[in-house]
Amino acid sequence: MDIGQAFTFAALGSQFLVGLSRAMILFVVCSGMSFVLGVLRVPNIAHGSLYMIGAFSAYSIFTLFGQSSTGFWLALFLAPLVVALVSLIAERALFCHLYEREHLMLLLFTFALMLILGDLVKLIWGAEYRSIMAPPFLRGSISIFGSPFPRYNLFLLIIGPIVAIGLWLFTNKTKIGKISRAAAVDREMVGAVGINVSWVFAGAFVIGCYLAGLGGALVAPTVSVTIGMDHDIIIEAFLIVTIGGLGNMWGTLVGSLIFGLTQSFGVLFWPQFAIVFPYVAVVVILIWRPTGMLKSVW
Amino acid sequence: MFRNIFNLKSFVPIVVFFIVLLILPPIIPRFYTYIIAVMFVTSLLAMSLNMVLGHGGMFQFHHGAFYGVGAYTFALILTKTTLPMWVGFAAGPIVAALVGLLVGWFCVRLNRLYFGMLQISLGSLIWAIAFRWYSLTSGDDGIHGIPMPSILSSLNCSYYFILIVLAICLVGMYLIFKSPFGTTLQAIRDNPQRCEAVGVNVRRHQLAAIVIATFFAGVAGVLFVVLERSVFPDLLFWVLSLEIFIMCLLGGWFTFLGPMLGAAITVALRTFVGIYTEYWTLILGVILILLIFFLPEGVFGYFIEKFKERGTTDMLEEK
Repeated sequence: MDIGQAFTFAALGSQFLVGLSRAMILFVVCSGMSFVLGVLRVPNIAHGSLYMIGAFSAYSIFTLFGQSSTGFWLALFLAPLVVALVSLIAERALFCHLYEREHLMLLLFTFALMLILGDLVKLIWGAEYRSIMAPPFLRGSISIFGSPFPRYNLFLLIIGPIVAIGLWLFTNKTKIGKISRAAAVDREMVGAVGINVSWVFAGAFVIGCYLAGLGGALVAPTVSVTIGMDHDIIIEAFLIVTIGGLGNMWGTLVGSLIFGLTQSFGVLFWPQFAIVFPYVAVVVILIWRPTGMLKSVW
Repeated sequence: MFRNIFNLKSFVPIVVFFIVLLILPPIIPRFYTYIIAVMFVTSLLAMSLNMVLGHGGMFQFHHGAFYGVGAYTFALILTKTTLPMWVGFAAGPIVAALVGLLVGWFCVRLNRLYFGMLQISLGSLIWAIAFRWYSLTSGDDGIHGIPMPSILSSLNCSYYFILIVLAICLVGMYLIFKSPFGTTLQAIRDNPQRCEAVGVNVRRHQLAAIVIATFFAGVAGVLFVVLERSVFPDLLFWVLSLEIFIMCLLGGWFTFLGPMLGAAITVALRTFVGIYTEYWTLILGVILILLIFFLPEGVFGYFIEKFKERGTTDMLEEK
């Protein structure tokens, strides 16, 4: 790529928007992980697999309704619920019996869940590449800064803040949200005032996984849906949640923005090593601020 | 000193086991020789992780990175330079240890989970570089058909080479494990505050443990190349690191030889379950869940608990 051409204002602007829409997807997925981490104090390694299941179920629902735009909206609505159901089953059947155990065991359980869910997806959907078409009015691209920008990415830019505001309203304004925040800070006390902590945890886990599924359904039209999606996203999610401050939702937003933007600008500056840039950013941040940029809830 | 460390009763079965392994290759089919050699490499890797994980109590989440660094260094020296073979053998572990020093230097300042997170990001950074630097590492294709000298050309020769290196490393690790340094490290794992209070430099001990462990991981990486003659970025990927983590847990991470057993079980399962079904990770996941619920001490740890009263396992025990 010609250097002079690469650094025009238009190129920077459109890369900025690309990075921003990537950051929105990352934020939807990571906010779920951050929520689980905040309440249960477990980094859910299976989160990426749930994201993958979200994408695959979105594909199935979309195909079931003849690949129409109704199918797309239904997929967007139902796929996260499928994921929430899967996580509810896993949580009530197995995970909830481990809350009293050592922390590392919880972490390893989620890893076991990742291994199992990953293979189940392969078993159900197979290893082929799949894709979803967005409804007609979200297809194609519009011109921003003189360069084409996909309309679907604009849609993502709207969805991201909606999820952020919704989650903020949920945790700060509803009773359940307040209980879950309290359980994050002092779980014994929450139990002592007569609240069933086990169900609070179940609720938090399911909500977190719902967001993973939503992220998967949202990302499906922009990428090819295939096995291995889980491996790609989970480390990114891990790192975003860490650099933001464990369990802090706004920190997760900042982390997602850093990750998305460094990656998209990396493509502009040095395409071959574009995937390296976010990791460098994470390393720098963790060395500068070992416990994340914003205050952790731990 | 050695009399205290190696008592005769537990020494005999180990020597017998070693001799059995020495006479096996000509008798058993080629395929099994290969599988046992894979077990050796994997168990060295798992044991090296356990030096920091089980004995040091640090969440070394991305140990596979150092294994990969050792393997890549060795492979690159053999394919890209004309340096003699032994330089590669020495460079693999040393470069791995240097990377370990660098990564560890940043990581030991953080606690528990943040330690693991920073390590994952640094390890992923190494992975991403190896994955993308096509001109040096051939990227995601990896390097295949690495030439070996005639002395290591046949499978049996590499088997013996790996066995001997493994034996030397195990003795080395055991001496470190029983040395004042090793004991201090275990004390740090159990109670870092108290160790700090009696004047132990906790961070420096942890860093030293990481460097030693990454050195052995580098040795395992070199042995991997000797056996497989290829390297690829999956060696540095975090999935492998978590798999090693499971091996330590499966075998029993508070024991010395446990990870070895865990590695052997994992390799055996992957090989023999893999013949019947491609859904091998599903089975690994189920086993892991069973383990978490029923055998949190690991297989080896379980047997040690069982036979504790008989006093036959004092070499293998930690306490």
